[in-house]
Amino acid sequence: MDLMEYQAKQLFAKHGVATTLGVVVETAEAAKAAAEEMGGVTVVKAQVKAGGRGKAGGVKLAKTPDEAFEHASNILGMEIKGLTVNRVLVTPATPPEEEYYFSFLLDRSNRQYLCIASVEGGVEIEEVAKTNPDAVKKIAIDPGVGVDAEKARAIATEAAFPEPVFEQAVEMIEKLFKVFVEEDATLVEVNPLARLAGDRLEALDGKVSLDDNASEVRHPDHEQFEIREEADALESKAKDLGLNYVKLDGQVGIIGNGAGLVMSTLDVVAYAGEKHGGVKPANFLDIGGGANAQVMANGLDVILNDEQVKSVFVNVFGGITACDEVANGIVGALELLGGAATKPLVVRLDGNNVELGRQILNEANHPLVTLVDTMDGAADKAAELANA
Amino acid sequence: MSIYLNKDSKIIVQGITGGMGAKHTALMLDSGAQIVGGVNARKAGTTVSHKDHDGNDVELPVFGTVKEAMAETGADVSVLFVPPAFTKDACVEAIDAEIPLIVVITEGVPVQDTAEVWSYLQGKKTRMIGPNCPGIITPGESLAGITPHTIAGKGPVGLVSKSGTLTYQMMYELRDFGFSTAIGIGGDPIVGTTHIDALQAFEDDPETKVIVMIGEIGGDAEERAAEYIKANITKPVVGYVAGFTAPEGKTMGHAGAIVSGSAGTAAAKQEALEAVGVKVGKTPSATAELAREILQSL
Repeated sequence: MDLMEYQAKQLFAKHGVATTLGVVVETAEAAKAAAEEMGGVTVVKAQVKAGGRGKAGGVKLAKTPDEAFEHASNILGMEIKGLTVNRVLVTPATPPEEEYYFSFLLDRSNRQYLCIASVEGGVEIEEVAKTNPDAVKKIAIDPGVGVDAEKARAIATEAAFPEPVFEQAVEMIEKLFKVFVEEDATLVEVNPLARLAGDRLEALDGKVSLDDNASEVRHPDHEQFEIREEADALESKAKDLGLNYVKLDGQVGIIGNGAGLVMSTLDVVAYAGEKHGGVKPANFLDIGGGANAQVMANGLDVILNDEQVKSVFVNVFGGITACDEVANGIVGALELLGGAATKPLVVRLDGNNVELGRQILNEANHPLVTLVDTMDGAADKAAELANA
Repeated sequence: MSIYLNKDSKIIVQGITGGMGAKHTALMLDSGAQIVGGVNARKAGTTVSHKDHDGNDVELPVFGTVKEAMAETGADVSVLFVPPAFTKDACVEAIDAEIPLIVVITEGVPVQDTAEVWSYLQGKKTRMIGPNCPGIITPGESLAGITPHTIAGKGPVGLVSKSGTLTYQMMYELRDFGFSTAIGIGGDPIVGTTHIDALQAFEDDPETKVIVMIGEIGGDAEERAAEYIKANITKPVVGYVAGFTAPEGKTMGHAGAIVSGSAGTAAAKQEALEAVGVKVGKTPSATAELAREILQSL
């Protein structure tokens, strides 16, 4: 789960990383009130899970509370990279004297953690990485060892934090690693890490990605960071039903078992769609190993509620799950849904007990169900029906 | 011959008394694999009842530790069905016992736990497959994991895949040829055995004539495998990549299957593989067809 800036800063504060929390508001009036309360110059910042907010006009300086009102009115409702801004963060403006970049992240390729630090500019770090790569230090962290005070000092030395803020940098690095490890993050980024007036070091902006597996296993408190109103209504419903569902922009609803096979099914449908008016897969939905009638009914229920969907492709390879159970699941689901099931279903079954599974579907002889032998053939049929 | 697992492999199950553990212990026994016992500290000294491949009753001993299980049974493989919160400790215990192979089936393991296990594993005697994987099957010889043993028999194809059901699908497509070994390495951001490890093992296995490699979006494992193939693999490799239609920033079921910016796209992976001479199929059946053409020309 990616966090918004204000959420990331809450985690920073929890672990003692110097930052200014500010006030999160959802209306321009509240932004004005917050600015009045703070006094002086404030910054109004769009809160969305996307980079490039400043360039998109989502971050503005406000000299007066009225200006804060005006900026907030403009920013709220704005779209940044396809995401609607529903809240803004108001903080006192603290002009940095210098900007640095700092992050800890999961380094998949090398199966370890990586620290990236640069004292040459913060926000423009990608530019620095291109023009002056030596100024961007990359330091490997052994997950079995971590970052203690000594390692933090070594990192600060390698990154060459200037003397007046050096000790603060050491302390902040150690605390940021605490955020990374104790919150089970895959990314903790401070950009810019700012040197403010009086040589104070502060995290002016932050980005945190949390590991969903870890949140599930040992961080029940992370649930507070989920903002359900912003999730797609169907994704939200699927989540409540315990389904692994991602809404896409297309006409062929997809249900399958196993993440890899479902991803592959989306591709095969997209290829087939090229011959049928350009129809596309409408969603990713993995019902996992146990495709019983209830799980199948839940899946179909979500997909049939997607108004864009014109046909549904059920693609199951019976591995552990036998195809007869899946077939019974489909028949049972259609009974459960009754009149709510209105769109044609193309079913492809293979694997364990496939003959029995096909027999069950043939005998049920449901008017909406078409059984096709191969994955490619079934994808073609589903695309054709979606284009009818 | 085969890779990592053969008819002599003696397998224990960590988590043998749990629901998943019990179910798959039965299926592994049914495949003919030598399951010699299990581990559960709280149920040490008891046994679990199952049927072997020939339908005879067997009582499998439950041990308190992996070390004890190895000493008593000569086990050299452990399959883990422990819940995600306890997977790290179970792996560390098995590594400390110096068991040669652990196969971690568990889905939902925190990635920092896997990172710590990987770090701990360095310089030790254990190979890890997984987590979040279907395991490994050497058809006709042994099964350590959840892959159905009935899909395909023994043959010249070596298969390595991130995904379980795509492994099954590909085994089904090529069941007329059969497999030396099929290994599912798992869909998490960090896994113990990579495409590269499996490619080299298949290269060294005389029984394997053609290697089929299945990848998916996320990370750069396929790109790295492509570089490795160019420098080290002489056997024909056929590839498939799932997730061309996946949008940026959405996790497609597997924790590791996510396109971040321009990194991790299926198109980039296909391009990298094709650039080193790997034939890449557009669909699983087209991929099987490419493998079939090579097999028929051998």
